[in-house]
Amino acid sequence: MVMKSEKARGTIVAAHGNLMTIRFEGVVRQNEVVYVKSAGLSLKGEVIEINGNEAKVQVFEPTKGVRYGDEVEFDSDLLTVELGPGLLKRVFDGLQNPLEDIAEQSGYFLPRGVYLDPLPRDAKWKWTPIAKVGDKVERAHFLGWVPEENIEHKIMVPFNFFGKGVVKKIADEGDYTIDDEIAQIEDEKGNVVPVKMIQRWPAKFALRFGERILPKEQLVTSMRVIDGPFPVAKGGTFCTPGPFGAGKTVLQHQVSKYAETQVVIVVACGERAGEVVEILREFPHLDDPQTGGKLIDRTCIICNTSSMPVAARESSVYMGVTIAEYYRQMGVDCLLLADSTSRWAQALREMSGRLEEIPGEEAFPAYLATRISELYERAGVLRLYDNKEGSLTIGGAVSPAGGNFEEPVTLSTLAVVGCFLGLSRQRSDARRYPAIDPLISWSKYIDRFAEYGSDEMKERVRRITVAQNMIFKSDEIGKKMSVVGEEGIAIEDLIVYLKGEFYDAVYLQQNAFDPVDTATDMERQSEQLDLVSKVLEKDFEFKDKEEARKYFLTLTDKVIQLNYLSKDVSIYDQKKDEILNMIEGA
Amino acid sequence: MARTYNRIERIKGSIAQVKAEGVMLGELARIKLRDGRETLGEVISFDGDKVNLQVYSGTKGVSTGDQIRFLGRSMQVSYGESMLGRVFNGSGDPIDKGPQLMEEKVEIQGPSFNPAKRIVPKRFVKTNIPMIDMFNALVISQKIPIFSIPGEPYNELLARIASQTDADIIVLGGMGLKFDDYQYFRDYFTKTGAMEKTSMFIHLASDPVVECVLVPDMALAAAEQFAVNNKDVLVLLTDMTAFSDALKEISISMEMVPSNRGYPGSLYSDLAARYEKAVDIQSAGSITVIAVTTMPGDDVTHPVPDNTGYITEGQFYLHGGVIDPFGSLSRLKQQVMGKVTREDHGDLANAMIRLFADAKKARDRASMGFRLSGWDNKLLKYAGLFEEKMMSLEVNLDIDEQLNLGWELLAECFDKNETGLKNEWIDKYGKWK
Repeated sequence: MVMKSEKARGTIVAAHGNLMTIRFEGVVRQNEVVYVKSAGLSLKGEVIEINGNEAKVQVFEPTKGVRYGDEVEFDSDLLTVELGPGLLKRVFDGLQNPLEDIAEQSGYFLPRGVYLDPLPRDAKWKWTPIAKVGDKVERAHFLGWVPEENIEHKIMVPFNFFGKGVVKKIADEGDYTIDDEIAQIEDEKGNVVPVKMIQRWPAKFALRFGERILPKEQLVTSMRVIDGPFPVAKGGTFCTPGPFGAGKTVLQHQVSKYAETQVVIVVACGERAGEVVEILREFPHLDDPQTGGKLIDRTCIICNTSSMPVAARESSVYMGVTIAEYYRQMGVDCLLLADSTSRWAQALREMSGRLEEIPGEEAFPAYLATRISELYERAGVLRLYDNKEGSLTIGGAVSPAGGNFEEPVTLSTLAVVGCFLGLSRQRSDARRYPAIDPLISWSKYIDRFAEYGSDEMKERVRRITVAQNMIFKSDEIGKKMSVVGEEGIAIEDLIVYLKGEFYDAVYLQQNAFDPVDTATDMERQSEQLDLVSKVLEKDFEFKDKEEARKYFLTLTDKVIQLNYLSKDVSIYDQKKDEILNMIEGA
Repeated sequence: MARTYNRIERIKGSIAQVKAEGVMLGELARIKLRDGRETLGEVISFDGDKVNLQVYSGTKGVSTGDQIRFLGRSMQVSYGESMLGRVFNGSGDPIDKGPQLMEEKVEIQGPSFNPAKRIVPKRFVKTNIPMIDMFNALVISQKIPIFSIPGEPYNELLARIASQTDADIIVLGGMGLKFDDYQYFRDYFTKTGAMEKTSMFIHLASDPVVECVLVPDMALAAAEQFAVNNKDVLVLLTDMTAFSDALKEISISMEMVPSNRGYPGSLYSDLAARYEKAVDIQSAGSITVIAVTTMPGDDVTHPVPDNTGYITEGQFYLHGGVIDPFGSLSRLKQQVMGKVTREDHGDLANAMIRLFADAKKARDRASMGFRLSGWDNKLLKYAGLFEEKMMSLEVNLDIDEQLNLGWELLAECFDKNETGLKNEWIDKYGKWK
């Protein structure tokens, strides 16, 4: 257990923005939480530097009104996340304040110094024990479970329980609140530790009990351009950098809606509040295709938008990751989407500047790359003590200044992620959505899927490789054509160009606003890839360029129309046969 | 509560340092200069009893023996009906020779709106300018910049919007304005009658730089009070690049580490904190923000337009005196087009833009001396009419009139089946005889 020493106290001796210098008495921990008592308010902060009997503290909220001599209470705990049933469907700020409860209490605006319980205290959960009295347990072992939406929410031996223990007492099946004692465990020293459904974990430490294993299974996102050439692994990492207006947010929303995973944590970090509103107002009405429930049931939102305090923006990402790790620890597949990690990095930069640290490139702190890799390394597949697996996939949006990827945040992110989905201005200007650029993006997982996957997967990867080669050749020919004109190239080259354009138009592009095309399951994706391969691998003969162009124009249009058709519609097969005949007959 | 001191220890940039006790962050102080002037300053930091004041009017002429009185409160702005028709500077003092306001006051830089309380915006903002209403409709609570370069008529555009909109209240925040532009706004608003529902916060190019930074906060805090009291407020901010440059100047004089082209690392947050004040409050009023961002060197990757683009909900490009239909985008337009406005709105706007894009290509072909087809000639005629009747900023039509005008243009230039529009709309709204 954590040593609970005497809590330190202090007073403010200097202040600048949200950086306070505090003279203290007692023992102070680095990154300990503090409360600044100012004008009847209690403002949360975090120790970031200690020197003699003075500590520097970053306060998470606006500090207007703070005076010399204001009292400061040290909490002795680090910044922690409250974990337990009831996290799903909720909206928290970067300090895990439940925003809907705050709205109920305080109205339109976010008050300072109000911290409410993240989890509902009065909700009753239907508890079913798993462990029995006398069982030998260690931390993160399952004691029982409660149903939370569609998840078997496991109640675990507290993560701060050290060594081996024995279950002394376990509650009978029944309804309990998170504050009720549901078990007692005796540790090696003979102390009996009471256990509740709720526990805490410091946000900035990875929560990981089990064996890390290589991510080999695909996370289906229902977006062809990702699941095809640039797939993501369950437990893997990906990033989506792009200039403004290229569709990063639409892309993230699409993934959060349709990814085949059990829990989705959305971290809206320093972006527009309006974007979160879409999720908040839309998800309760959208069906989750996998469970038949609503999308909001599997979603937890951490929302620290651009006008909310910058210091809490830094912690919002850690909040989200810790909650996701907690669910992974139950053997659940989780997906964390952070929009945008650039704003998080900027929060680091602002604080670093105030601490007068020596700046690195573009004034970002020298430890930027380390922080980014630490974050993405918290993803992964975990084999738990019961041999079941849980996974955490992390996807981060990056907003590079001027849309130029040669900047510190993008570069540091690319060095650590497994999949790069680069959005480009050219594609979004050409209305080719999603604007993931097939010429610059990559995934390190595709070869792994081919290596470990079924024969079917191997064939799939082969086909995609052919298609990708076509896109590169097609692009080259397209560039040549823009210089020498269509007359300047051979008809064979024109056909390659048209094939590439065809693959782009009917497979890589996907219409997010069409109810059918917006999400495509793996079965249909395979069917579509099948059709595309037939075209790409066929040797066409046309009498002239005009005929080739016309043929591909018609074919492309027909296939796009087919993409918009639900497979349940009776004319689907007929339309598909028409297309197949058109390919055969050419 | 008032405490008075008579000794300034240190003066640098816009910062004056005094030894004082019991002051709080953000507290205001009134500084009485020896030459009789008075100015406000704000506590931005303290270390022990050394208190740093940011002097709103700058430190030019401030002496070590000037008198400083701490006021026990932070910066406030008046609000209420009596502000309408009035003009204030960045410190909130009237500059229109009218009386000081003794109204209730509210602190600036108030708390941010709870995201959980926000609603999906779906109310149409009328500007009567076709390039906005018809092709990139604005929605209440939207925040959108006009990207432009110096010399373009962006202030004229703002003035027109202010005069033609049906917003209840207009708050104009002018930063780094030339005197001529300021006078233009006043004259235009007076002439069109918009002044009666307008409140102005003006920082002229010759005014102290700190006041420039205060302008958006003053304007938005006042607007917020109107919005909470059931008014739909349109906030016009010009020019946010001058605001950003003022931030840059202050942060460098305070020896803060610059991040990109000298701008502070907090530029994104600083801009976002202002733009995010835009809101539609359920069962109350709203704030919609239209801002001008001049792009130095016409470079959209410059830190100010770049950061702005990430924050705002679309942008208008003002080029050659007209709103460019291609780069401009209102991200919220789907919320109202064809839903709040007439059903054919979205399809008609798309068809017209598509044809205009084709017409541009026809124009290229014409200028390169290619032989033009009959279709090309139709397009060229359309382009001419489109620019004259739709793109001109002089046009003042409400949205239904704009839609009818659109159909008239199509009928004048093309056959029914050449527009690619649904037959349903053509039969219902088409102007073909």
